[in-house]
Amino acid sequence: MTRLIAALFGFFAAIGRVPIGLFAAIGRVAIFAWRTISRGLAPPYYPGRFLEQLASIGWFSLPVVGMTAIFTGAALAQQVYTGGSRFNAQSTVPAIVTFGMVRELGPVLVGLMVAGRVASAMAAEIGTMRVTEQLDAMETLRTDPFRYLIAPRLFAAVLALPAMVLIADSIGLFGGYMLSIGKLGFNPSNYLHTTRQFLEMDDVVMSLVKAAVFGFFIALLGCYNGYATQGGAAGVGRSTTDAVVSTFILILLSDLLITVMVFT
Amino acid sequence: MNGDPKIEMRDVAKAFGTNEVLRGVNLTIHSGESVAIIGGSGTGKSVTLKCILGLLQPDRGEILVDGVDVTRMGGRELEKQRAKFGMLFQGGALFDSLPVWRNVTFGITQGRARDAARMRKVAAENLERVGLDSKILNLRPSELSGGMQKRVALARAIAPRPEIIFFDEPTTGLDPIRADVINDLIVSLVEDLGVTALTITHDMASARKIAHRVAMLYEGRIIWHGPRDRLYDSGNPYVDQFVQGRADGPIR
Repeated sequence: MTRLIAALFGFFAAIGRVPIGLFAAIGRVAIFAWRTISRGLAPPYYPGRFLEQLASIGWFSLPVVGMTAIFTGAALAQQVYTGGSRFNAQSTVPAIVTFGMVRELGPVLVGLMVAGRVASAMAAEIGTMRVTEQLDAMETLRTDPFRYLIAPRLFAAVLALPAMVLIADSIGLFGGYMLSIGKLGFNPSNYLHTTRQFLEMDDVVMSLVKAAVFGFFIALLGCYNGYATQGGAAGVGRSTTDAVVSTFILILLSDLLITVMVFT
Repeated sequence: MNGDPKIEMRDVAKAFGTNEVLRGVNLTIHSGESVAIIGGSGTGKSVTLKCILGLLQPDRGEILVDGVDVTRMGGRELEKQRAKFGMLFQGGALFDSLPVWRNVTFGITQGRARDAARMRKVAAENLERVGLDSKILNLRPSELSGGMQKRVALARAIAPRPEIIFFDEPTTGLDPIRADVINDLIVSLVEDLGVTALTITHDMASARKIAHRVAMLYEGRIIWHGPRDRLYDSGNPYVDQFVQGRADGPIR
């Protein structure tokens, strides 16, 4: 009898452990975010570090983001054309490319590409600083890692992502346009006219809001995982993986939530 | 060594999960005194330092620095308190993204890039103090040898002129001659700058050279302390086994 009860308790404990672990992790990340923002907004400020991060997150991600956007825009145009031709709806290409790029693919693809590039780099760099005691050293030199390292990254990412999504949206539309004109035989001025008709300000704003949210998660989880690193080189490796995986999940999940909330 | 207690640890305990690292450490260090804590790997030597620095919060006990308890401090107050401390980390812990001169002056500038000309001069002065040439000012830490990195780290620790300096295994990873160079530097810093020094080490030669007093940490407590001359005739079987480096004895 007591055995049965013990087994039952074990069973429920095992079920309970998962959500408790999840909530604990969410709590730790939330505290980390709060610390970063509240301390980052108080002096001393590090404008140099902020600009450095803006360049590394934004500027140096442009090639990969541009490439992703142009290929995806073109591929999307081809898919819509092929799919649409089954019921004579080829003319929807510019409209669907515009919706698809601006509302979904632009922000999500930029978010994922930058997450792969930047969240991993942040986790690896800050994680290495943790295991080599550079973070401790910084504190003993009376410099707050939250102000010096983490806040500049977070603020730069929140600002850089919308700018990059704006660029990616444009390049994506351009990719769709090029393929439609060059291969699918669309009339250039008609195509542009339709694109302009379906390109709405609200969609663009939504695209940028998504981008800012994704930028927040990228820097937050990159830095959090780096900061929480334990145990040498293997620990840094784990943190890097965790940073990328958790950022991907949060980007896709928050994209779904925002989309469902806004577009219903 | 003059009178007043600079650091007083009273019954300090710290556990990580079920692992009780410190189980009630009592230790007093006087102003201008150099104390070495010896003990095996994983006996909580580093944790002791980190508790005093406020990098870790002890579960129990109090740590008085100049008579003020630092264990319950936070934020700005703690940051102010840290101006008193300098620390030489075991691996140097130099910032590898910054050149040597910005590393050395980091504690003065708090990482901001300002007053470059003056800061380079300050860096050069502090490098000279640890016997390094100003030619390395612009090098990155990764371009330096292990011994040089340690000395740059030492220059960084003393640059803001702290009252107390902690040395975490200052001679680990260095050959005996380089190690002795570091020992000499520590002795001269304590004498010239009048700082209070706390060193953790398992290098007996180093402990005997740099410390006025030695304390042994075992199973989370200070089990013996006395002047350095008594290290080899302490009459304590644990200390005897440790300083003589024997595998058999009370320590397992």
